[in-house]
Parts: sequence; structure tokens; C-alpha cells
Amino acid sequence: MFPKWFDNWNKDNPTNIFGPAIAVGVAGSAVFVAAMIVGFGQPFPTESQQTGPRGTGMHVQEFVSDLAVYPDVEGFFTSEPIVPAEGAAMMGSADGVPPALANLTPENYERLVTAMRDWTGIPDLLEPGNDSYQTQVAYSMIEMTQNINQNWIGHVQANAEVGVTCYTCHRGQAVPNNVWFKVSPVNSNVAGWSANQNRVTMVSNFTSLPSDYLETYLLADENGNYANIGVHDLESRVQQQPGDPLIQQAERTYAFMNYFANSLGVNCVFCHNSRAFYDPGQVTPQWATASLGIAMVQETLELYILPLQDVLPADRLGPVYADVPKLACRTCHQGEQQPLNGLNVIRNWPELAVLDGAPDYSAFE
Amino acid sequence: MAYFEYQNIFTQVQVRGEPEMGMAMEDNIQGGDRTRTATFSNLAGWLGNAQIGPIYLGWAGVISMATGLLWFNIVGLNMLAQVDWSLTQFVRQLFWLALEPPGPEHGLSMPPLNDGGWYIISSFFLLVSVMSWWLRTYLLAAQHKMGKHIAWAFLAAIWLFLVLGLFRPVLMGSWSEAVPYGIFPHLDWTTAFSIRYGNLYYNPFHALSIVFLYGSVLLFAMHGATILAVSRYGGDRELEQIYDRGTASERAGLFWRWTMGFNATMEGIHRWAWWFAVLTPITGGIGILLTGTVVDNWFIWAIEHNFAPEYLGAYGYEAYGTYQDFGGIAPGGN
Repeated sequence: MFPKWFDNWNKDNPTNIFGPAIAVGVAGSAVFVAAMIVGFGQPFPTESQQTGPRGTGMHVQEFVSDLAVYPDVEGFFTSEPIVPAEGAAMMGSADGVPPALANLTPENYERLVTAMRDWTGIPDLLEPGNDSYQTQVAYSMIEMTQNINQNWIGHVQANAEVGVTCYTCHRGQAVPNNVWFKVSPVNSNVAGWSANQNRVTMVSNFTSLPSDYLETYLLADENGNYANIGVHDLESRVQQQPGDPLIQQAERTYAFMNYFANSLGVNCVFCHNSRAFYDPGQVTPQWATASLGIAMVQETLELYILPLQDVLPADRLGPVYADVPKLACRTCHQGEQQPLNGLNVIRNWPELAVLDGAPDYSAFE
Repeated sequence: MAYFEYQNIFTQVQVRGEPEMGMAMEDNIQGGDRTRTATFSNLAGWLGNAQIGPIYLGWAGVISMATGLLWFNIVGLNMLAQVDWSLTQFVRQLFWLALEPPGPEHGLSMPPLNDGGWYIISSFFLLVSVMSWWLRTYLLAAQHKMGKHIAWAFLAAIWLFLVLGLFRPVLMGSWSEAVPYGIFPHLDWTTAFSIRYGNLYYNPFHALSIVFLYGSVLLFAMHGATILAVSRYGGDRELEQIYDRGTASERAGLFWRWTMGFNATMEGIHRWAWWFAVLTPITGGIGILLTGTVVDNWFIWAIEHNFAPEYLGAYGYEAYGTYQDFGGIAPGGN
């Protein structure tokens, strides 16, 4: 292949080229990579949101590519309300009308039902004469939405008018994503503390932390009490007070906090102070919003979700305990600080904003 | 032209001859029989001595291996039982699975086998195994008419092991305080332990333990590098340099004295290293033992003792960024 003189020259001048080749290759690659980074920038740029004074590690960071607006935002169906004329007729108790929507004019009722069918992906939702279980579920879910918008305004409008509609959870699907079921005990042949952890489960966020924290903290026990979410003893010295948290409670709470962080796409210092996680006097403003959120989920599960146990058909119930699918932070937030990137979903839907009393159309007059 | 050619990883030359079988039994060497054969391994030769064997196990070694295997198998079979004896799931979930201590409701009593009972039984075997292995290091040192430095150093590590699994649970009145046997679960325990007691970084004994741990690493690197650097003058023959200091020791000492004003001696550097290594688990064990038995929240304790600052002023939350600058939709937009 090569001329004869070249082969002869090579034979007469044996040289090990591997040493210099490796040295030149390594150095050359390093220079190339450095030049590319300087010239074109970090290939995976990040952005951070400050959550406290600078220099204290208080920030939430994300890849810039993850900051794009959620694709579901584009799919939100909305339409402006039709302000009812003075003394206009209401739906009342017409056939198939949910009691919570009795005080709507036919135009706005039709408008809302059209939207709800789009939001939930159920084409015959609230069709007169439709006696499917979905009708009964819809009655309850409408009241739930109104209750959240009216009575939990401190959570769903904490920073801005955002609110919730069916779409906040459903996103065009009959069964929302990110619902949860009871799964513990997750381990076979063991009992107690060994039985509810150390398994890869959806609810444990694929960690070996306990899988029972949602049912422990968000569902009431038989006496109507909720487990205490606590990890520390706030005394420096041991006093062995009853109710002091144990390592087990700390670990379960840690699992719950991990769920929070994953659900909202944030880290610990979104709510807590990096120096003193425990101190309610030093937490960030978001801590109060999140605490309201916990209470909101507890009430919502108790009043609106758990009663659906006997309404839902068997194929909609949980795989282990045949329990009703339950909601929590992630069902609405789906990885964002505010659901649907903080899209104001409630503005056009005063019908869903009040549980008691008539919808307020004054903004559209 | 100069180029670099690596012939080995660490050891320059591997010497091969008749295997060194040690002194014969009749030469007043205590202990039982050693295995009778020895082999050579190239791989071992790269890292250390190429000769493998003979090995002396002795009665302490036999007890240690037997009880250690029992512990290992109890842990493994418990993990296997937790995945319904599915080998596939056992392999898949291996890093998640654990043999957990009993729940707090059982205190120091013997719990049911499926709720920590196996943990107590296996821990007993582990205790026997570790202690008889310690005895073996002591007896072997005696047999070789050596000092007992290795045994005492090992005992320092055992101190931390006993604090975690025996002394502290007993003082706290519950076996549930012990550490689970599992890859990820023992890390969960470590995190939860630190969070529960108000951040272990504010525990001064934890801080000391870290100082000695990182100090050990630094000393090891300094000493290893120094000896390698003067081995061309015979510095690697450290014992000879101790009793008959030569140019290797002089150069090594000068290097450090000119670098940082102080140098250890050829013997003293080993005492430095031994104490740093031994003090790592000793101070760590003290820190663990005080946690929950004396101090319940190390951060608050540290503030009370002026070890951590207390901030009383405003926290500057006006610096809190807005969601609309971080991927969110501006308020009111829809």
C-alpha cells in the first residue's frame, strides 16, 4: 500500500509512537473541550431561584431546559363567562344537574360542562340520564373544587390568583396521574417497622425510605387524629418527654419531605432555612403555604375522596387494598412550584370559585 | 527520544523462588497447623507480596468465620424472605433490602422473629464473630512475639461498632436505636439519626472524628509519598532507618522541616498515623454515645455553648426570587 522506500525507512527507524500519541491525544482533547466550553458555554446550563439572603445556600436550582412551560398549559380549555341578565332563569334541579351547579344560568352551565368534558376527557360527562358512577363522582369533585377555591384560598392563591379546576389534576384524562394508593406492608414475612420500607415503590420515590408516610400523615386514624409530622426534639438536653419523635418518625418524615420536594420540583431550602430546618421562626414564607397545603389535602381526602370508596367500580380501586385512588401534592403540582406553571385557571370560572352562594361575575360586567 | 513505558502498577520486580513457609512447628511457635501449600499470583504481586498462603486460622478464626457466616446468611435469608423468596427480586432490590432492628414498641425485650427477632439473633452472632476475630489478631501478635498495636487499633473500631449496636441502644432502652443491616437502609438510618438529633455536624465529637479521619488520610498520603520519594536512598527500609538513620531519613526530614518547619521522625510518623487512625472511631463513638442519651439537639446545644451562631436579626427574605423568573407564568396570565 505504501511506497517501498517508506516501508524500508520505517523498518530502519523503529519508533514507539504510543507514548507521544497518548500524551498528545490527552492534551489535545483537553484543549479542545476547554475551547468548546469557553466558546459555546456550558452545554447543560442551570438557573437558580434565590430563596433567602445570598451566601447562605438558600436557592433552588434547575436545568434551564427544565424551566420551559409545561406542555399541559397549552391544552387548557377555557372560555369567558356569559354574565347573566337580571332575574335570569337558573338550572335549579333540572335532570342531571349537580346540586353544586344549581345556581347557574343554562348558558354558563352548558359552557362549564363543555369545559369539564374537555378537562377530564369524559365525552358524556353529566349527560342527562347518564347514571354511570362518573356522574356521582363528578357531583363530589365539583364540590371539592369549589371548596378548595373558596376555603383554601390561602394555598391556591398564596402568591397570585391561580386556583384549581378539574384540569389541574385531570389534564384531559379520566383518571389523573400521580394518584396514590395504600401499599404497606411492602415486604413479605415481616411485621412492624421492617414491613413498610426498604422496597422500590412509586410512593417511596424509588428510595428505601418508608412507603407508608402518605397514609400516616394524610389520613386520620380511627380517632380522627393525624400523626405528628416532626423530626426533632427542641430541647438541647434529654428530658424524655412522651411524644418525642424517634429515629423512625424522623425517617418517615424525611420520606414525606422528599415527596414534597419531588412533587414541587424544589429542594429543602424552598421552605426551610439552611441553618435551622427545625425552627418555625426561621422558615421561608413558602413553609406556611406548604403547611396549609397539608391541611388542605387532609380535609379534601376526608370530605371528598374517601367517601367515593363505595362509588367507584372495582377496576378503579387500588391493587393491594382495593382503596380509593387518593390525591396529594403531586397530583396537582406534577413537579412544578405552582400547578400548570402558575397558570390562572380560575379567572374565567367563577362557577367553580364558590362553594356557598352564587358565582361572582362582577369582573366580566 | 524519551517516552514513558509502564511495566507495572506498584511493584517493580516480582521475585520467585521456593515459597516461604514460615518457621517449623517445633521452633516454639504457638498456635496450630498452617495450611501446607502456597501459590504465587501475578495479580497479588502487582499490589504486594506475590505469595498466597500458607494461612493459619486457629480456633478463634474458625469461630469467627462460622459465626460471621451465620450472621451473613441470616441477613441474606431475611432479605430473601422479604421478597417472597424470589431470586430475581432479591438481586434487583438488593441495595434496598435490609434486616431491620425491632420497632420501638419492643424496647429491650426479645421481639418476634419477623419483627426484629432475627436482627437480635444475627447481631449476637456478629458480636461473637467480631470479638473472636479481635482475639485472633491479639493471639497471632502474641504468637509472633509482636506488640499488640494492631489488636488495640482494631478494638478502637470495635468500640464504635459496639456503641452503635449495643451500648447506645441499651442506654436508650430500645433495640430500635440500632443500625439496620442493608446498603441503602443504613444510609437512611444515618440521615434520620442526624436529622433527629438536630444535625450531627454540630456534635463536637463528630467534628473531632472527621478531623482525625481526614487527618489520617493526609498523614497516610504524606508518609507514603515521602517514603517512595526517598526509597532510592534506602528509605523504604524503614526499620533500618529507625535505628541507623541514613541519608534517606535526613533528606525526608529536611524536606518537611524546610516545607513546614517541623518534621516527624522515622519512627514517630507511625505513632502519628496510629493515633490519628485510632482516635477517629474513639471520638466518633463518644459522639454517638452522647447523642440521645445526654444531648437531644446538637444545633441548639451548639448555640447554647457559643459553638454555632445565633441569628436574631432579619433574614432578608426580600431576596426571595419570584416564580415568574424561574419558569412560572406571570401572575394573571392565562
